Amino acid sequence: MQELNGEKTSKVKKERTPMPEQPAEERKKNFNEVALGYAKEDALAEASRCLSCKEPKCVEGCPVNVDIPGFIKLVCEEDFSGAIEKIKGTNTLPAICGRVCPQETQCEALCVLGKKGQPVAIGRLERFCADYERKQGVKVPEIPEPTGKKVAVVGSGPAGLTAAADLAKLGHKVTVFESLHKAGGVLSYGIPEFRLPKEIVRQEVEYIEQLGVEFKPNYIIGRIKTLDELCDEFDAIFLGTGAGLPSFMGIPGENFNGVYSANEFLTRVNLMKAYDSEYDTRVRLGKHVVVVGGGNVAMDAARSALRLGADEVSIVYRRGEDEMPARREEIEHAKEEGITFRLLTNPVRILGDEKFNVTAVECIKMELGEPDKSGRRSPVPVEGSEFTIPADVVVIAIGTSPNPMIFKGSEGLDQNKRGTVIADEETGATSKCGVFAGGDVVTGAATVISAMGAGKKAAKAIDEYLKEQ
Amino acid sequence: MAYKILEKEEIAPSVHRMVIDAPDVAKAAKAGQFIILRINEKGERVPLTIADFEKENGTVTVIFQEMGKTTKQLAKLSAGEFLEDFVGPLGTPSDVEKLGTVILVGGGVGVAPAYPQAKAYSKAGNKVISIIGARNKDLLILEDEMKNASSELYIATDDGSKGHHGFVTDIMKQILDSGEKVARVVIIGPPIMMKVGTGVASPYDVEILVSLNSIMVDGTGMCGGCRVTVDGKTRFTCVDGPEFDARKVDFVELMNRLAMYRGEETKAVEKYDEECRCGLH
Repeated sequence: MQELNGEKTSKVKKERTPMPEQPAEERKKNFNEVALGYAKEDALAEASRCLSCKEPKCVEGCPVNVDIPGFIKLVCEEDFSGAIEKIKGTNTLPAICGRVCPQETQCEALCVLGKKGQPVAIGRLERFCADYERKQGVKVPEIPEPTGKKVAVVGSGPAGLTAAADLAKLGHKVTVFESLHKAGGVLSYGIPEFRLPKEIVRQEVEYIEQLGVEFKPNYIIGRIKTLDELCDEFDAIFLGTGAGLPSFMGIPGENFNGVYSANEFLTRVNLMKAYDSEYDTRVRLGKHVVVVGGGNVAMDAARSALRLGADEVSIVYRRGEDEMPARREEIEHAKEEGITFRLLTNPVRILGDEKFNVTAVECIKMELGEPDKSGRRSPVPVEGSEFTIPADVVVIAIGTSPNPMIFKGSEGLDQNKRGTVIADEETGATSKCGVFAGGDVVTGAATVISAMGAGKKAAKAIDEYLKEQ
Repeated sequence: MAYKILEKEEIAPSVHRMVIDAPDVAKAAKAGQFIILRINEKGERVPLTIADFEKENGTVTVIFQEMGKTTKQLAKLSAGEFLEDFVGPLGTPSDVEKLGTVILVGGGVGVAPAYPQAKAYSKAGNKVISIIGARNKDLLILEDEMKNASSELYIATDDGSKGHHGFVTDIMKQILDSGEKVARVVIIGPPIMMKVGTGVASPYDVEILVSLNSIMVDGTGMCGGCRVTVDGKTRFTCVDGPEFDARKVDFVELMNRLAMYRGEETKAVEKYDEECRCGLH
């Protein structure tokens, strides 16, 4: 453990401990996890870089306020069980967060060490602790006396799982409704195995089940029961239905065979395991694949397509690399694996043959103009710069919006123009009494951890609401 | 979670009727909706229309024809066995109200989804004229059921082995020509039949609806795989449909999209048949 003052600080290694990874040449041929995780020695070396700041900025950067210096101190003391317990005090899904959180823009962005060198690899340490615990066998916390209150959680993604776990720990009877056959939401259908093994999602869900939470898969709210009907049965409701409705560009040729939404492409590959010949679900194996978009989902789709055996995979993005919303690490991983980045490029038309199969994407070059509402510079087409990229599979990964099904039979639930539920930022309270919401259904497509943060805040608010009843 | 198969019978060569214990689905089901099932952990998610449902018993009936690997595999299951997943009801229910006279046209296994509609339209006080057809009389399904649910029932077979020798749409045209005042025609069957039927009915002053069967994964609007062009706009069959105004549907696109996995499907069936011969299944 170092101290912030005096000479000791200068002894802190500027570079973070590298993450062991599968070599790019090898991993691009399999769906196994890319990052292999710290060994004990790596974890101890990295943890020793933490300055244990008196007023830790990193904690402020974490949407669920994990006691970061606290758990890192325990790692230094080789008390890994203590460390994971500390993390789990506030974060129900550490094995997932340690893998998919954008730490570089959250906790690690505020780390003091980042000013002169590299910040402490907080995410990697979190993952180490969670993996350590899984190897030992997860300890189930004591469940308090039942309060007699029933809460329905709609959607089993990161927001729903977090809310469910927190509410169960407070003694409420929680039922989670999931429309797909497997719990986890985007963790199960969206994020590929090579970034987040499904076995980990399964174990996290199992842990929440052990807290007494009941999961009802294949159960669609809005079809089997409306939200209004749920309101009659439960004392409170948390809506964590995410943003599952895929956006398309509205350009000609988008319905040709071989053009997928990222949701469909990734669901076939992740949830339905189309890459495994033992499974019956199919996905078109492209030789030349074009993925449109610049976020994590685009990186996931591109890297999945490569692993399915494509010769060339291009990412087409209308802005520059600096403007890409994807995590830095994912962009780097994609580049290492040989994904071609066609930046400042925008598709204008998809071409197909007489059998309705996609053959190419016609694109136009772009240049950056004035910043738009999001603060990013707006792309403007360069006239006459059209060109085509041959393609037999095209994946559209330009974003999603909330599924409107939840609004069927939900009297008094206000939504805004973008189709998201209007909810209080601090409590998740909606316009409908007893109904709280959080995650992508409120914010539009965002990150796993921000959804978890919202689930956490809402669980606290729901508990207070139930006490007042 | 598993869903028990309560009854299973072959109602025509390679066409099977299966009754599933699924109380939640049965309770909420309405005419015009469908379900998605998965046989086992490695299975694909397959959409099938709801052929019948009983709220009191908590049962849902599906009728399917052996086509791809999954339906062949499904055909091998017996009463007492279980399906891994059975999710529904999916899709927007048919807008059933009292309109006057309604013609229901069902072709092949398309008669199955037409049956709950016939019941619902009759119950709503309509005169229901049903026209059902198949390639030959052996492939004809739900004849008695449709007869009971309709005011009039007509039959057509391609080979003339029963009823009118020809197509269901021939009979539909005769009725429309007869001067009978018809408010709505609902055509359900293979895409080519729905396309032809729409063409035949289009010149008449009648509302035409078709129930589309697209390739889909989740059935809740999430994957977008079932997209279809209606009135020049992209719509999702699973949530916006499955019923659409027939005159506005781009059938050519629909048929091409349905052919997307044909090559892979053929291979999967060949592999499955081979394994069955070797006694692996």
